[in-house]
Amino acid sequence: MAIEVRIPTILRTYTGGEKAVTGEGASLSALIDDLEASYAGIKDRLVEEKNGEIVLRRFVNVYVNDEDVRFLGSLEAPLADGDQVVVLPAVAGGC
Amino acid sequence: MLTIDRATRDAIVAHAKRDHPDECCGIVAGPEGSDRPERLVEMVNAAGSPTFYEFDSTELLDLYKQMWANDEEPVVVYHSHTATEAYPSRTDIGLASEPNAHYVLVSTREHGNNEGPVDFRSYRIVDGVVTEEEVTVVESLPSA
Repeated sequence: MAIEVRIPTILRTYTGGEKAVTGEGASLSALIDDLEASYAGIKDRLVEEKNGEIVLRRFVNVYVNDEDVRFLGSLEAPLADGDQVVVLPAVAGGC
Repeated sequence: MLTIDRATRDAIVAHAKRDHPDECCGIVAGPEGSDRPERLVEMVNAAGSPTFYEFDSTELLDLYKQMWANDEEPVVVYHSHTATEAYPSRTDIGLASEPNAHYVLVSTREHGNNEGPVDFRSYRIVDGVVTEEEVTVVESLPSA
């Protein structure tokens, strides 16, 4: 089961400069664990622990087939072979 | 150093004045690796706030897909501060995620929506380290 994952510039230090990698998993959290096995350190940039629970970081956007995963169950979002996943850090800030 | 053409600089300033007292935000895209800010894209501040800005997540994806299709990258990422100086805040630094971009800050605190000069400054923000850089405004970018 192969899922293509688009990696943003800032996380390419983990993927040896690759803009896109493939991984597998039946859910987003399984995919992230699979990516962590190949690209150690990347998981910590995508998720954080909040009140004893692992959640997607607030300022990281993940899309499955162009849909924001926050509308698909977040880390529980189901994935299937051939899905396209895009990771994009939020563009945000403030005084 | 950031080299930017006058029309693009003026458009960013006009955007900041128009959206004051809320923060405005946007990017200037250019060919990957060129360091040429060529295509201004004004974004909606989804936070609609005088103290925070954030691109809407759907518009963010559309923007990046457009840039990937054009082999572009965000050469400039800009936003305004409406009550403070044109210097990256702690939040700006913590959330800066484009190590190759020039982060442009415009401050509208002095003249708000009205005519009058504004601070227009540019920074690199890499791994939490801010480095201010010179801004050179040219009539038009040298031919590629």
